[in-house]
Amino acid sequence: MIRDKELLKGNIALARGAIDAGCRHYFGYPITPQNDIPEYLSAALPSVNGVFLQAESELAAINMVLGAAAAGKMAMTSSSGPGISLMQEGLSYMAGSELPALIVNISRSGPGLGGIAPTQGDYFQATRGGGHGDYRLIVLAPNSVQEMYSLAGEAFRLAIKYRNPAMILGDAILGQMKEPVVIENKIARPQEQDWALTGAKGRNPRLIKSLFLADGEMEAHNWKLYNKYKLLKRNEVRVEIDCPDKSNLTVVAFGSCSRIVRTAVDRARSRGYSIGFFRPITLFPFPENEILAAVKSTENLLVVEMNTGQMIDDVRLATNGIGNIFFSGYPGGTIPTPEQVEDKIMDILQ
Amino acid sequence: MPKLKDRKLYSPPRSLKDKLFHFCPGCHHGLAHQLVARAIDDLNLAKRAVGVIGVGCGVFLYDYINIDCCEAPHGRAPAVATGIKRADPELAVFTYQGDGDLAAIGTSEILHAANRKENITIIFINNSIYGMTGGQMAPTTLPGQKTTTTPSGRSTDKEGFPLKMAELLATFEGTAFSARASLHNAREIKKAENAVKRAFLAQLNNKGMGIVELLSACPTNWQLSPEESLKQITNSMIPNFPLGIIKDTI
Repeated sequence: MIRDKELLKGNIALARGAIDAGCRHYFGYPITPQNDIPEYLSAALPSVNGVFLQAESELAAINMVLGAAAAGKMAMTSSSGPGISLMQEGLSYMAGSELPALIVNISRSGPGLGGIAPTQGDYFQATRGGGHGDYRLIVLAPNSVQEMYSLAGEAFRLAIKYRNPAMILGDAILGQMKEPVVIENKIARPQEQDWALTGAKGRNPRLIKSLFLADGEMEAHNWKLYNKYKLLKRNEVRVEIDCPDKSNLTVVAFGSCSRIVRTAVDRARSRGYSIGFFRPITLFPFPENEILAAVKSTENLLVVEMNTGQMIDDVRLATNGIGNIFFSGYPGGTIPTPEQVEDKIMDILQ
Repeated sequence: MPKLKDRKLYSPPRSLKDKLFHFCPGCHHGLAHQLVARAIDDLNLAKRAVGVIGVGCGVFLYDYINIDCCEAPHGRAPAVATGIKRADPELAVFTYQGDGDLAAIGTSEILHAANRKENITIIFINNSIYGMTGGQMAPTTLPGQKTTTTPSGRSTDKEGFPLKMAELLATFEGTAFSARASLHNAREIKKAENAVKRAFLAQLNNKGMGIVELLSACPTNWQLSPEESLKQITNSMIPNFPLGIIKDTI
């Protein structure tokens, strides 16, 4: 099999991945550092008979995605922190109405207008639902330009399979850096969508809604959604684990931060230390069983994040008091160096 | 002597379900629902119509109409309708929105949808008050009108003036049809019926947005009887919201 390899910028790779997976509908609003995505798609989508529309706001953009998804199409949007905040209303409605779509957060530092430097401060917003009500998004965290490409398709596949919005949580580093990418063209074909609004031709009318007022109806809907999230936890956890035997420390990181951590782990290993490396690829569902197994075998975990400590909550919940959990955080757009992480590793080991 | 034949002169629209409306006595939503259903019947749209329903008393339109429907977050119906229409231009997409939905929280969405020349139809119910939440001031509330949040009447100094959406939306090049009609008597209802149909025709002819603003009664929150409410429309609403076709370039 001949595999094409191209040197691509992260944001472009993601846009290419979405198109190659079959996405033909994009609605968005400009914000740094993700503008390459709409700029690229504004030319690429019309050339494959797709729809590109620059909305008047992120509020409008996410609701256009909602509409296109309701019509049964693979639709997406992309933004960064402040814009993703505005989209929370639509995301809550889409989760409640069980509509699949891809939402991309090329995150920047916050709160507020913050800065445009990379951060992982949107972990809570992404993994806890973010909007009102009892729901979750499927959240995937790429750590390379290759994964920006391939997880775009994977996010669509999961979103369609579970009828739930899926988010790719990247950051300014992943969006802006260039790496070689293997192009796959693996179409995420929508399953039989017996719910899509296509006009009531030869069938009963359909209704997409999230309003449930009858006695017990809302509770039943909440449990239905919960069971879906449980199924996701059972079947769809993606994680990269590299824990050598006899290591007594595993370093946990996701996204771009995990690349820096990986370098630090490799350096420590080359100095003779046996260090584990653990990278959640799905942030929701979080690899709970896997992190528990890791802490049982290595006893010590070091969580490194580009924030003041968010994913560490999921690590603590999953490990539930077992082992020692250490933390090293770099908020506000500060990128840790491998040396800093390595120093932290040495501190813990000594 | 010539034999008399039974002839059916009037029947409910086929697209309307045979179901009792839940609306308060004297409320005009039921009438507005009928007009929408009749337009869908007359233009033969039942198999390709999609209703996008905003938040307010009208949200339950989907319980009464035999077509595909989608709920939209408060004010966002024109954006949702845009997504559906762009996804499948063969569909006949309309929004059904109240004055809080369209003229307050959703002004951005409706203005930009009009400006983009979206081929969608807008059914806008103006009853000058928030119905579902219990009678608060709307952007369309009349000067001096008492509501639960303007207990001494809307002061134009403090709360501004009634927003005239049909006129405002007519200014957009992307708007092909904009009209204001009323549901307070049979003659006006007939005009409203034609306006609703015309607002769909704008879309079907790819001419751009078609908008009908329907002056409607909300006796419960106006704290008037259904009969007094009809007078309120004639005496107070119409002087503030003149009826007629404001724009028709179909």
